[in-house]
Amino acid sequence: MASTDTTPKTDDLAGLEAGLDALDTVQIRRTPVREVLVKKVFPPVVAVVLVLGVWQLLVSLKVTDEYKLPAPSAVWDSLTTMWLEGTLLDVLWTSVSRALFGFLLALVIGTPLGLIVSRVKFVRAAIGPILAGLQSLPSVAWVAPAVLWLGLNDSMMYAVILLGAVPSIANGLVAGVDQVPPLFLRAGQTLGATGLKGAWHIVMPAALPGYLAGLKQGWAFSWRSLMAAEIIASSPDLGLGLGQLLENGRNNIDMAGIFLAIILILIVGIAIDLLIFSPLERAVLRRRGLLAKG
Amino acid sequence: MATTATLAKAEDRAAVTHAARIEHVSKSFGGPAGGQLVLDDISLDVAPGEFVTLLGASGCGKSTLLNLVAGLDRPSAGSIETPGGRPALMFQEHALFPWLTAGKNIELALRLRGVPKAGRREEAERLLELVRLGGSYGKRVHELSGGMRQRVALARALAQDSDLLLMDEPFAALDAITRDVLHDELTRIWRETKLSVLFVTHNVREAVRLAERVVLLSSRPGRIAHEWTIDIPQPRRIEDSAVAELSLEITEHLRGEIRRHGQH
Repeated sequence: MASTDTTPKTDDLAGLEAGLDALDTVQIRRTPVREVLVKKVFPPVVAVVLVLGVWQLLVSLKVTDEYKLPAPSAVWDSLTTMWLEGTLLDVLWTSVSRALFGFLLALVIGTPLGLIVSRVKFVRAAIGPILAGLQSLPSVAWVAPAVLWLGLNDSMMYAVILLGAVPSIANGLVAGVDQVPPLFLRAGQTLGATGLKGAWHIVMPAALPGYLAGLKQGWAFSWRSLMAAEIIASSPDLGLGLGQLLENGRNNIDMAGIFLAIILILIVGIAIDLLIFSPLERAVLRRRGLLAKG
Repeated sequence: MATTATLAKAEDRAAVTHAARIEHVSKSFGGPAGGQLVLDDISLDVAPGEFVTLLGASGCGKSTLLNLVAGLDRPSAGSIETPGGRPALMFQEHALFPWLTAGKNIELALRLRGVPKAGRREEAERLLELVRLGGSYGKRVHELSGGMRQRVALARALAQDSDLLLMDEPFAALDAITRDVLHDELTRIWRETKLSVLFVTHNVREAVRLAERVVLLSSRPGRIAHEWTIDIPQPRRIEDSAVAELSLEITEHLRGEIRRHGQH
């Protein structure tokens, strides 16, 4: 029988609990800046320097004609020339603004589409497989019909971007929704989050990591699709973008210009991912404790 | 901490005769004919303010029964009444939403219950205080230990302000020391809030430690096999000799139920 001296006093219990909490609490450590520099910044810098070194070495050894393999300095000269002419930023902005605007359009269309496909069984059965299959169709295939349908203008560019990016974004959201743990749905249901409330408070936030992965891929597809469109469909009315820069280089047999265009296309793709999508994704994962350490 | 609102609530509770009434409930899965019968003709009342544990081996359908009472599933036959509205439910996993802080998890429950925005923050802080996690409002779920997560989950369940709290082995995944402390905590909160609790477990000692009444379910299909009323005064300790004695008796019954399945 419980005697009074074995009865826990509330103060004892509070103290005991505080002790347990202190012992069990996970210590969250922020990585110091130095460690970030050494572990995250240093390795890619080494890789780039190595590539440049090998490139310069090949040029110095004259393994091939100079018009086939320009020296790094020649590419640098092309860059500075464009900068001094004042065309560099224009060219970058033409392509980047097109890609970003196209991506935003794809976001506006792809998000509700993904929600409908993930929640309505009939729609999913009807267009789910097509949507998944569209991802493996190279968007360059859409350039020909887009030119014939819409003519050589910006709408045609946006059409190609949409056809490339919308399936990625929609599929990312579908995957995100599919991966929502059933426990969250049940917990939401007992709290009264059913129907639209359930979608808003539980399903959408729970699916956010998958959705962000879809957005990231959607951006990559937007950028690739646009470059394909710009390379194939060139017209004076379209303005000079990075794709046309590349195509002009080919027409003028200007290998330094071609290399410059390729490098710029690569840098923009990486920069947008590094500046927008990666931080967003990391912030979401970190807040949820899903970011693997190390 | 008894405000006028909770006092009025307590009076309401006294007026009704049961917090949950389960009448002749059966449940089978896999179609109405030829399906597997999981629960067979269960009748059980939980009185207002009563603490009942459902005890049983695997396959007794105790979690299924809890889901039915929670309204997550429908019985194949019979009826379930919960006059106090939708019951609150706590799971073995904490089921806290990782995209929200501890405090915001509780606020979401308040919001879905219809509490106006102005009062939510304060009420969430009060509930965290109640489970002795004052100051953890802004903590992320992954920053909390297992025991703390279950306490936040309890606070979130309490935020529903339901008369009936359903608990599905909520402490099964915790270490023994933490579980013991949470038993004390749950007993304290149950007595403070005068909630009715229906608690599912396969741990006999836990059942006896917590409950006023222990209901033993047989397995495949689940039927009520036996019932004990416990008048050992609270707060009890899991080590108390009276708890141990009764646990021994109940374990013998439980083993008898399990043995029947090995005989054919």
